[in-house]
Amino acid sequence: MKEFEPRIIAFCCHYCALAAADVAGKMEFQFPSNVRIIRVLCTGKVEVLHLLKALEAGADGVVIIGCKFGECYFKEGNYRAQKKVERAKSLIQEAGFEQGRIRYDFVPGPGGKKFASIMSTMTEEIKSLGPNPLRA
Amino acid sequence: MSMVEDYSKILILGCGSCVTICMAGGEEEARILASQLSLALRKNGKKVEIEEFMVLRQCDNEFLDDPSLIEKVRDVGIVVSMACGVGVQHACSFFNRVIDDRAIRVVPALNTTFMGANMDVGEWEERCLGCGDCVLEKTGGICPITRCAKSLLNGPCGGSSNGKCEISKDTDCAWHLILERLEALGELDRIKPVEMYKDWRPSHDGGPRKTVREDEKI
Repeated sequence: MKEFEPRIIAFCCHYCALAAADVAGKMEFQFPSNVRIIRVLCTGKVEVLHLLKALEAGADGVVIIGCKFGECYFKEGNYRAQKKVERAKSLIQEAGFEQGRIRYDFVPGPGGKKFASIMSTMTEEIKSLGPNPLRA
Repeated sequence: MSMVEDYSKILILGCGSCVTICMAGGEEEARILASQLSLALRKNGKKVEIEEFMVLRQCDNEFLDDPSLIEKVRDVGIVVSMACGVGVQHACSFFNRVIDDRAIRVVPALNTTFMGANMDVGEWEERCLGCGDCVLEKTGGICPITRCAKSLLNGPCGGSSNGKCEISKDTDCAWHLILERLEALGELDRIKPVEMYKDWRPSHDGGPRKTVREDEKI
């Protein structure tokens, strides 16, 4: 039987995570190809609804990757994103989904290695949770 | 969940006034609830169609009387109203009046809690009980009916300590605030006379209330 390959949506901040993804590529840090990156100008712009809709559309996991706390280009966008992730986690738990399907992480612009590591960890975690029940 | 799980077509009806401002039942919350219900119901193997619709005020016939809304309501099995308790009841009676071939089920998505003020982003505090017999002019603009846990008219009681109420250290003693305000206004004499018992008939104790403005009616 073919091994389950999760589909992961990553909302990446233009100023840090996206740069880090680029660095990961240039430095040839390997990370799983399960991730689909959506660039956002600030993670604070990602709404709870975006996270829920990603799961509704069949994603197995959703991650928001923003700047380190205190280093947001727009000052507080990453704090907002983290709060939204917390809210979305509790909403999906009420709906019977595992909270681990949604997470928030941060990475500095030059952090290619960390970006690759976040993606690898997330992929492994989602593999252990199994596919999104909506497409199982 | 238990309210809607037996239905395959659900309409989430957001309300565009007070509950939108309170971030409880507006457009965004309606869409989030629709998405959450869709996740929960589909996970349990149910095929479900969930639509959202916004009404500017569900407590007003004028805004409910929309042919596209009535058509949607006719089409679904259940309406989940995200308005306050007033809106839920008003929408329910409106739909059941205009749709006469079957009864329409309208259920609430929210627990309506109080009339409050927005103290900070995402923070509200109760300020009015709607008692129908306002005393704010005697109490320096601070309502003892709402903000005193005992609704005392002659306070403070013995439970007041360092300006806080005995029910919680986070709750101000309303009568402490009233005394401070009246002192600042130089009107402490106002509370010297003992206030007699309150007439609760204009409040809910006199039954459901109704106001008619004859001058506005044609």
